[in-house]
Amino acid sequence: MGEAKLMKGNEALAEAAIRAGLQGYFGYPITPQSEVIEYLAREEPKHDYVFIQVESEVAAINMVYGAAGAGARVMTTTSSPGFSLMQEGISYLACGELPCVLVNVVRGGPGLGTVQPGQGDYFQAVKGGGHGDYNLIVLGPNSVQEMVDFTVLAFKLADKYLTPVMLLTDGAIGQMMEKVVLPSRMEYRPDKPWATTGKTPDRERNILTTLFIEPEEMEKRNLMLQKKYTNIKDNEVRFEEYRTDDAEIIITAFGLCSRIAKKTIDMGRDAGIKLGLFRPITLWPFPYDQLENMASRDHVKFFISLEMNAGQMVEDVKLAVCGKKPVHFYGRMGGIIPTPDEVYEKIKQHRDEGGLE
Amino acid sequence: MREGYELIYERPGPLLSTRMSFCPGCFHSTVHKILMELVQEMDIQDKIVGVCPVGCSVFSYNYLDIDMQEAAHGRAAAVSTGIKRMLPDRIVFSYQGDGDLAAIGLAETLHACNRGENFTFIFINNGIYGMTGGQMAPTTLEGQKTSTSPYGRDPSTTGMPLKMAEMVSQFDRVAYVERVSCDTPAHTRKTKKALKNAFEYQILGLGTTFIEVASNCPAGWKCTPEESLDWVKEKMLPYFPLGVFKKPERS
Repeated sequence: MGEAKLMKGNEALAEAAIRAGLQGYFGYPITPQSEVIEYLAREEPKHDYVFIQVESEVAAINMVYGAAGAGARVMTTTSSPGFSLMQEGISYLACGELPCVLVNVVRGGPGLGTVQPGQGDYFQAVKGGGHGDYNLIVLGPNSVQEMVDFTVLAFKLADKYLTPVMLLTDGAIGQMMEKVVLPSRMEYRPDKPWATTGKTPDRERNILTTLFIEPEEMEKRNLMLQKKYTNIKDNEVRFEEYRTDDAEIIITAFGLCSRIAKKTIDMGRDAGIKLGLFRPITLWPFPYDQLENMASRDHVKFFISLEMNAGQMVEDVKLAVCGKKPVHFYGRMGGIIPTPDEVYEKIKQHRDEGGLE
Repeated sequence: MREGYELIYERPGPLLSTRMSFCPGCFHSTVHKILMELVQEMDIQDKIVGVCPVGCSVFSYNYLDIDMQEAAHGRAAAVSTGIKRMLPDRIVFSYQGDGDLAAIGLAETLHACNRGENFTFIFINNGIYGMTGGQMAPTTLEGQKTSTSPYGRDPSTTGMPLKMAEMVSQFDRVAYVERVSCDTPAHTRKTKKALKNAFEYQILGLGTTFIEVASNCPAGWKCTPEESLDWVKEKMLPYFPLGVFKKPERS
């Protein structure tokens, strides 16, 4: 079945993309993502995918558009400033219903920022980022294994829903080395009768466009997209719970922070504090209903969202909890990774202020 | 066919029988027609994929009975690269205006040329932004009045009109560069021949092929179609001379 290796997150992601049947990769070097493009450059002669180091992230995302429209399985990877540059193209990909995989190995921002890890691109990833009404499916891996698993999943979801699928990861997961089980080759390759491959006499011409100059037509496209997004929300929500059965305090965290949270939870449990984790895996669609159910449980006293940003996912947590329980936030910014100890101290502070045992 | 009559001319099959958005007298319609004549004559309808970006060509897919992708402004070269690299046995062309190819998309244009991407640029250079209502383009002539250069283009603040054919002919991996026009029937025939050459070289995999059409814009230039032909001849062609700037060496 699988094969176990010790690999860096970025390289494991690249290898997973190859095994998922990658046909085209278009990328530009940027720290802390560059191992992906380097790995794919190195491995290219052994495989039959097309590799181009492009002139900019703007070119990369538009090559993704052209290649996806030609029916190929394609990917680009970058880090925060590069992902900002891609936003126009991502809006086109979403509107044009072109399947592809996009990876943002997030670094601390804003601006040129730092090359250390961050989660400050959450809003950009889950609330749109580019212009117009669209969403991406956004997966938040928290380990090298999930870099692999979610890359494969991302290609499947992209083809299933004809939409760009994104991995929102960070510099720490991209750089860390862990044991990973690699998948065997993915055979799933759906027909793409809509692709621009040359008009044969047996079919009408294929046109891939995001231009709908008549408002009625543009609204129709919007309604179609929204219907698809509803379908995705109904079927693709993923999340993880850890020690929540009797938890009084729920840490909400995604990606790297969910692993820090688990350490904190174990520390708390050892000291008799009932901590638990609610971890959204699909950051879009966000597990609102599941988190709302959690908030309705009597044993849950309050939530605290742990993030490497100024407080972004906490807005979705508040939407889900809907005033049923207090929601606190703890975050570090600028590439600082919070330690389990400081999170623990912060939680104890809230607990004492809230009058909990 | 009426008895006693002989068919000597008809709309090429791949040119759809629909009303175009192009203004009367504009070379866009001419280039569309000869492009589709070639698709028919070369029997490549099932092999050709076009890319039309933002500009007057944005609706081209409504007129051409071939597979097409509509690209973001300036990104036709990147989109064409993506298609061609995935489908190397297809014939791919980008159909771009001066704003698209030489302003916002200049980086993609030059890097595609430098890599020698094996597709054909069809560059409609009319020295103005037609679709947005007649603003200055990177190829607007010195002193030429547009809505954003109302006193005439001043090179001291806006630079000189970009000579794209000359520029891209400098790249080693560009195979064929020709500037043509459609201001006379003879020039139009040459344009068709140039496009045919470009597709043939592309089929042979010789590298980037680049056809610049010194074009007109009666609406944007605020003149009649006849006057626009005079402007092409008297103003444009002296600065943008017609001819072959690069062609493949005989092997």
